[in-house]
Amino acid sequence: MSNTDYALAVEDLTVSFDGFKAIDNLTLYVDKNELRVIIGPNGAGKTTLLDLICGRTRASAGSIKFRNVEMTQLPEYTRVRRGIGRKFQTPSIYENLSVFQNLEVSFPKGRSVFGALAFRCTDEVRERVRLVAEDIGLLDKLDTEAGLLSHGQKQWLEIGMLLMQEPELLMLDEPIAGMSARERELTAELLQRICKNRSVIVIEHDMEFVKRIAHKVTVMHQGKILAEGTMDKVQNDPKVIDVYLGH
Amino acid sequence: MIALLKRSGLGSVLLLSLLLMVVLPLSLDLFRLNLVGKYLTYAFVAIGLVMLWGWGGVLSLGQGVFFGLGGYAMAMFLKLEASDPISTKIQSTPGIPDFMDWNQITELPGWWLPFKSLPLTLIAVVAVPTLLAFIISFAMFKRRVGGVYFAIITQAVALILSVLIVGQQGYTGGVNGMTDLKTLMGWDIRDDSSKYILYYVCCVLLIASICLCLWIQKSKLGTLLLAMRDKEDRVRFSGYDVAMFRVFAFCLAAGLAGVGGAMFTLQVGFMSPSFVGIVPSIEMVIYAAVGGRMSLVGAVMGALLVNAGKTLFSETLPDLWLFMMAALFIGVTMAFPDGLAGLWEQKVKPWWASRQAARRAVRAGVAAAQASWPLPPEPRKPEPGIAAGQHA
Repeated sequence: MSNTDYALAVEDLTVSFDGFKAIDNLTLYVDKNELRVIIGPNGAGKTTLLDLICGRTRASAGSIKFRNVEMTQLPEYTRVRRGIGRKFQTPSIYENLSVFQNLEVSFPKGRSVFGALAFRCTDEVRERVRLVAEDIGLLDKLDTEAGLLSHGQKQWLEIGMLLMQEPELLMLDEPIAGMSARERELTAELLQRICKNRSVIVIEHDMEFVKRIAHKVTVMHQGKILAEGTMDKVQNDPKVIDVYLGH
Repeated sequence: MIALLKRSGLGSVLLLSLLLMVVLPLSLDLFRLNLVGKYLTYAFVAIGLVMLWGWGGVLSLGQGVFFGLGGYAMAMFLKLEASDPISTKIQSTPGIPDFMDWNQITELPGWWLPFKSLPLTLIAVVAVPTLLAFIISFAMFKRRVGGVYFAIITQAVALILSVLIVGQQGYTGGVNGMTDLKTLMGWDIRDDSSKYILYYVCCVLLIASICLCLWIQKSKLGTLLLAMRDKEDRVRFSGYDVAMFRVFAFCLAAGLAGVGGAMFTLQVGFMSPSFVGIVPSIEMVIYAAVGGRMSLVGAVMGALLVNAGKTLFSETLPDLWLFMMAALFIGVTMAFPDGLAGLWEQKVKPWWASRQAARRAVRAGVAAAQASWPLPPEPRKPEPGIAAGQHA
């Protein structure tokens, strides 16, 4: 296993479910400050790849190095504390809590049992909540119950909850699913802002949106990488056209 | 002041303390008050279940285990004190508990020795249940065993412990339990005055436990418990070790149950395996369900009412009681998932508020009519906009 400068280095990663290889000997490097988009047809293994990186699924073989530290044996919460943030496909927020509380709970202090007992909402926490809320456009909604937000606002809130943790790697699974054109616009701007000092991996189907945000695109097919490069290069790759874009 | 009480949830705790420490002692005779004291020991288990089941989302059907361990720890101390060499001089080995002598045990077992000391006993009352709860829940939750499977395992533990206690008669007193408990550091716990004192000690401890739980609910830990009940993965991927938070809730519930068990032994004067097994454990869940599994005060009321019902009906209709309790449990969980406390919050409070609002409206209407008397309000002029609209 090589030493790398990459933010994330996935090497020879394999996971099989009852003999079916959902991810098959996959190698992927993501640079610091890079916004990478992963595309691919349904069942290509995109979500599984994110699950493996954040620890929701255990790898059968291979290595995942984040900032040059092996992650495959670490439990999920340790990976999060090291700086890997994960947003789920359907908005996963605490519906009964206010927007403020949703963000406050995500603040990376008081994460142990007794730390949580002793945790106090200091000015520092309030200040961060305000900054993040401004970033995701929910500053005027801080006291709203999160369950009452629109679908797009829920997606932003979940991104905001991740930003509270200041992750160095942010993984977003279909962040604009179900959003209006205007909301997609705002999300694209948000993503471009937040990838300034961290790496971001986005899974997305909307090609216009991908074109707009991606630094580099990775195309996955049947658990393997089919092509990688700029959007233009990928779009003109005959293999890609064959399995995916050509349909 | 009232606003502060409302916000902190201490208002209902204050009312509960008034009921327990003033109203009930003044209106009940000592026999009934002692019964209430016994019911209140179950309330410790019930508020533990509010934290574990209501807030933590983990159902345990084995709380009798921890209630029993706390109770037995206290009973062992009292039994040793009651078995001094002078009062047991007719035994073949004086100075050991009578049931050991009956079972041909000639020496006090080593693990009984700590229970000669009151401070060690008081520590054990909380520490032994908490430690066992830690071992069980750490092993289960770290492996992501939860839900129904966890409930079944706790039930198995309850069965194992009650079988163990019954089987090891020489060391535990067997199916009879530990009886003939007399004094605590020379203080007769069977006196009328001691019964009053123990009742009040039980009340104070219960109120203190409720305040502790309220404080936990208001802390970030309380928020997280609620959060992981329906969005477990989000909490886990926000950097929290979900398993350890559940372990904490389980240990807290076990420690509280241990205190309840010790107070039971002190007030009732004995401890037996019939408070450890599956049936009492399930009854304890019913107290929390009937009272409201999200409400600490509700759970206390649930423990009081179900037990009062049990005493009342088992005195008059002993055969029907079990069926009635089952019907009560099924009825309450079907009709009022949040128990009596939920009924209060969702039905009584809005009804009262709307009544008050209606009253205020009537009063305001009367006041307005009186103010305009004797001149009736001017008839409204038709608005020009509407008139114009009609023309167009």
